[in-house]
Amino acid sequence: MGIATEWFRRTFHRMGSPRWFFAGSRGWMLGLYLVGGALIAIGSAWGLGFAPTDRLQGNSYRILYVHVPAAHLAEAVYVAIAIAGAVHLVWRMKMADLAIAAGAPVGMTLTAAALATGYIWGIPTWGTGWVWDARTTSMLVLLFLYFGLIALRQAVPRAERAALAVSVLAIVGVVNIPIIKYSVDWFTTLHQPASIRIGERPSIDPSMLWPLAVNALGYYLFLVGVVIAALRAKIIEREAKADWVRTWVQGR
Amino acid sequence: MMEWLAMGGHGVYVWSAYALSAAALVGVGVWPWLALRRARRRIAAALAPNQPVASGDGKRPEPGQGGVA
Repeated sequence: MGIATEWFRRTFHRMGSPRWFFAGSRGWMLGLYLVGGALIAIGSAWGLGFAPTDRLQGNSYRILYVHVPAAHLAEAVYVAIAIAGAVHLVWRMKMADLAIAAGAPVGMTLTAAALATGYIWGIPTWGTGWVWDARTTSMLVLLFLYFGLIALRQAVPRAERAALAVSVLAIVGVVNIPIIKYSVDWFTTLHQPASIRIGERPSIDPSMLWPLAVNALGYYLFLVGVVIAALRAKIIEREAKADWVRTWVQGR
Repeated sequence: MMEWLAMGGHGVYVWSAYALSAAALVGVGVWPWLALRRARRRIAAALAPNQPVASGDGKRPEPGQGGVA
């Protein structure tokens, strides 16, 4: 077995240990909060104060800098949750289930933020906040999926049963992600198509692109930090009876 | 300054979108810390069954063996 494979196997194995994760994650979490938060502050100030005004949309386009990262992360968190669902079903790894429980409220908040900022952006740009086009509707479905992940866990009384049901829903729901992504290409939508595509020159000027890149990276780092923090809280909630948790509580 | 805040007539949309995003990020960022603190206090209370649990009457339990923080 190669060194990389061995490292991966060992890390994967350790990640399955709530105790190991809790002990090792605090520094990462704090760092991600700090760096992510700073990047979001820089990117937002850049986007609001220094990026040029759009020829067609005027200043309303600046909503892009908070709308696009929120929408992108809302989808990315869902993909991560679906992967965790598969890991939980295949290996019955408790940490994967905890990750779903930690990520769902984060993803739901981001989806709501993307929908709300999109609504606000739509008023001056489309003349209406909401339209039932493919992009907005599939995004609304994502909001309901997140809500479903949270509600389903509370609806099933036995924790292990609930965890299995939530994992299945997480996997099934991932079909919505490509629908969101390609909705602006497959259907005629009021929503504009993507300005940045892999392997193509972006149809957005670099002076407008930079703040978006900074904010997107900031959102990524900050929200990974938030999910780690939420996972730490879930670990303590679920492992409340474990000796190491009691020792940790008494040591504070 | 006022001109910048006005955003060429789009100020109300731009600023409300940013304020809402900031509120969402702060809210989602603070939530896990509160959840962890809540869980820690609940476990601490359960570990000290003979200690009076803080009941909001303003009195803190006497510092002693395994008191509720």
